[in-house]
Amino acid sequence: MIELTVNGKKSSVDVEPEMPLLWVLRDVLDVKGPKFGCGIAQCGACTVHLNGEPVRSCSVPVSAAAGQKVLTIEGLAQRGQLHPVQKAWIDHEVPQCGYCQSGQIMAAVALLAKNRDPSDKDIDAAMTNICRCGTYARIRTAIHAAAKSTKSAKA
Amino acid sequence: MKKTFARKFEPARRKFLKQSAAIGGGLSVGFAVPGALAQKADGATEINAWVVIRPDDAIIIRYARSEMGQGSMTSAPMLVAEELECDWTRVKIEYASANANVKRKRAWGDMAAVGSRTIRNSQEYLRRAGATAREMLIAAAAQEWKVPASECSASASFITHGRSKRRLSFGKVADAASRLEAPKDVKLKDPKEWKLIGKSVKRIDIPDTVMGKQRFGIDVQLPGMLYAAIAQCPVFGGKVKSYDAAKVEGRRGIVKVLPMESFVAVVADNWWRAKEALRDVHIEWDIGTNGNVSSASLMEFYRGGLDAQDVATSRKDGDFDQAFASAAKKVEAEYYTPYLAHSCLEPMGCTAIVKDGRVDVWTSTQNAEASLAVAAGTAGVPLENVEVHRVQLGGGFGRRGGAQDFVRQGVAIAKAMEGTPVKMLWTREEDTQHDFYRPASLIRMRAALDDSGNPVAWYSRVASTSIFETLARVPLKRPFAPADGVDPQAVASLHDLPHAIPNVRIEYAQRTAHVPVGFWRTVGHSQNPFVRESFMDELASAAGKDPYEYRRALLAKSPKDLGILEATAKAAGWGQPLPAGVFRGIAQTEAYGSYTSAVAELSVNASGEVDIKRLVLGIDPGYAVNPDNIQAQMQGSAVFMLTAMFWGEITIKEGRVEQSNFHDYRMMRLREMPRIEVVLAPSGGFWGGVGEPGQASIAPAVCNAIFAATGKRVRSLPLKNHGLTLA
Repeated sequence: MIELTVNGKKSSVDVEPEMPLLWVLRDVLDVKGPKFGCGIAQCGACTVHLNGEPVRSCSVPVSAAAGQKVLTIEGLAQRGQLHPVQKAWIDHEVPQCGYCQSGQIMAAVALLAKNRDPSDKDIDAAMTNICRCGTYARIRTAIHAAAKSTKSAKA
Repeated sequence: MKKTFARKFEPARRKFLKQSAAIGGGLSVGFAVPGALAQKADGATEINAWVVIRPDDAIIIRYARSEMGQGSMTSAPMLVAEELECDWTRVKIEYASANANVKRKRAWGDMAAVGSRTIRNSQEYLRRAGATAREMLIAAAAQEWKVPASECSASASFITHGRSKRRLSFGKVADAASRLEAPKDVKLKDPKEWKLIGKSVKRIDIPDTVMGKQRFGIDVQLPGMLYAAIAQCPVFGGKVKSYDAAKVEGRRGIVKVLPMESFVAVVADNWWRAKEALRDVHIEWDIGTNGNVSSASLMEFYRGGLDAQDVATSRKDGDFDQAFASAAKKVEAEYYTPYLAHSCLEPMGCTAIVKDGRVDVWTSTQNAEASLAVAAGTAGVPLENVEVHRVQLGGGFGRRGGAQDFVRQGVAIAKAMEGTPVKMLWTREEDTQHDFYRPASLIRMRAALDDSGNPVAWYSRVASTSIFETLARVPLKRPFAPADGVDPQAVASLHDLPHAIPNVRIEYAQRTAHVPVGFWRTVGHSQNPFVRESFMDELASAAGKDPYEYRRALLAKSPKDLGILEATAKAAGWGQPLPAGVFRGIAQTEAYGSYTSAVAELSVNASGEVDIKRLVLGIDPGYAVNPDNIQAQMQGSAVFMLTAMFWGEITIKEGRVEQSNFHDYRMMRLREMPRIEVVLAPSGGFWGGVGEPGQASIAPAVCNAIFAATGKRVRSLPLKNHGLTLA
């Protein structure tokens, strides 16, 4: 049995230790937000946070998450309040098909947690997830907007 | 008076509503098997196939196509709402059922989201449905008040009697309205009266996506469901000869290994176990006769088409040969565009259950009716016994429309596992190597210029595999084809060359390779405008003329082409001085009923890095239904086309695709995104598409700017093969 905490909820799963975290989330724990896109950590559709760090869960064995905290898109809103990044994503109509967006949002949340006011260059470096629909311009705008809203909320 | 329509269809209607509730009212699509959940008695009334009204004034507008990011789940219902005069904030959108479409004689018409045609092909009947429902609601209120309907009007989900100021909400009269005869002839609003069309309306599916609640095909979860991974013969058209599953027998979670005709499936209790086990199943393939095919042999095959005699003539104006022979100046070139994969981020997949002569399918499809027909055919049940449950698509781009291979496979697996729901999912590698690719196309171009440099003769011969014959199995015959033997997509933007050139001949040499081809976003217009508009630049250059002015003169009698060319050039500041080392290129095309133009501003450094400073993209879609969504489509089109033109190339070795995943089939990233400026210039009076046209003018504009910067004419894509990359 491998124990892990997903979105604040403890679970124990009886699976092979090498089973990727993505498939444990999706097929065992029915957490469908993280998506499968490539299986080789190229596209980032499966991005979740492991102890606050963005990881590509398709390439993280579940054993590496044992006893640790996993956060997915489903756990981002707190007490019914959307995360500022989610709000900015809605305000700027970022998604098209939306398939990559839970990964994009998790990557953006991780960036803003470390860097409250990222420059374009910081965004370039951090946001390496693939969006096939091509929402990149809006992702950039929304990250800047989320940074601004967080700053003004704290001011 | 009861109308026969309502009575006649009442049982079906109730059943449909019940079923709709079970698969999810509004947007929260659930995945319960129909019938598993009871419908709440919410008293919703169907006014017509498109409009359902609840007593609490919630307005349900049905949507028949497929949402894959193009935004028509919002913009198509906007057309209904515009005429219905309902409160948009209370609108819920519900997928029309493909099964009900079979039973109700296609009450929702064509369900396919392909060819950028949702708005342009359904705008009239959607607006009419809204107007008809509005008139029925007004008539019902007028009857209740015992006043003439002509004294009443509707606005924001209320009917008002002008003189007495009495008001009734839509929900209050919906039931009475549904019993009235539908008016036969309703007057649609003048565009000047539109309140919703033309406003940037928020896309209705975005909040669910952002909260992680959006349900894609891959997210289907059914009780007792098993999972399947498949391996297909790496050489197209090959078959399973034999297989050995000894290594995976008894392995944890493995339920069954299924040898099908052209693939092997492993069924397990989760997908990862199925996929891992599949690697240990030894499969011998009968690869057929195509094991020696390579990109080089395909190129020779297509080249043969350039000199062949057995070709079809798509268009013939004047006498090209004579004009060319006697011309002052001749320009000749050969252009090539490669095979491309769709690479939807959600790989192909299909969940199905075959049970008691019934099939339920959940799949990301661009054509629910085609999925339904394929499911019925595969399972051997009547169409009426199939439902295709609707989900969001993780990208479509043409992959999930004409070809329903994934449904055939998913249902075949489910049939072999009868009674058990099975979710089949492809790996990225299967998805890259078993696509229906954008056709490779080799094109010979010839033109003749008169003394003043104007083109007097134009010739194009296209050699490629026909999409329509391969995939849609449509014979290339008139009137569907521009001429017998011509695939309309293969000659798109050449056959319809709008420029004032007296002698034109366009030919098509159909060459059917074993590589399956299909509709890839923008289809023929994803490749031929690159050829046409690059060659046009070659002519301008040979004539020593400005490429913008050269086009302007030739388009003097094509006002819409000219209009968007001028609007885009103006926005881009064509002719204005640029910083040292920065150059411009321009192109213009019509695609899917919309007129587009592009201006690229870029520099190229010594190591071949193309730094796109600015891409100005113009579009005239006639009417712009949801302007912000059009902006989004144009931005997305830029990424899609830049990805293709810089890196996109599927190559063949030993009959199989060499690329497998995103490490060797490269996608553009955020850091490479150039500045995009969209010039939305709707001139009104027609309805053009917006999902695809945006791509058409980009590649030639960029390549023409590269020519301006380097003097090097790019005649084949991708640019990586020319030592060029996106900075």
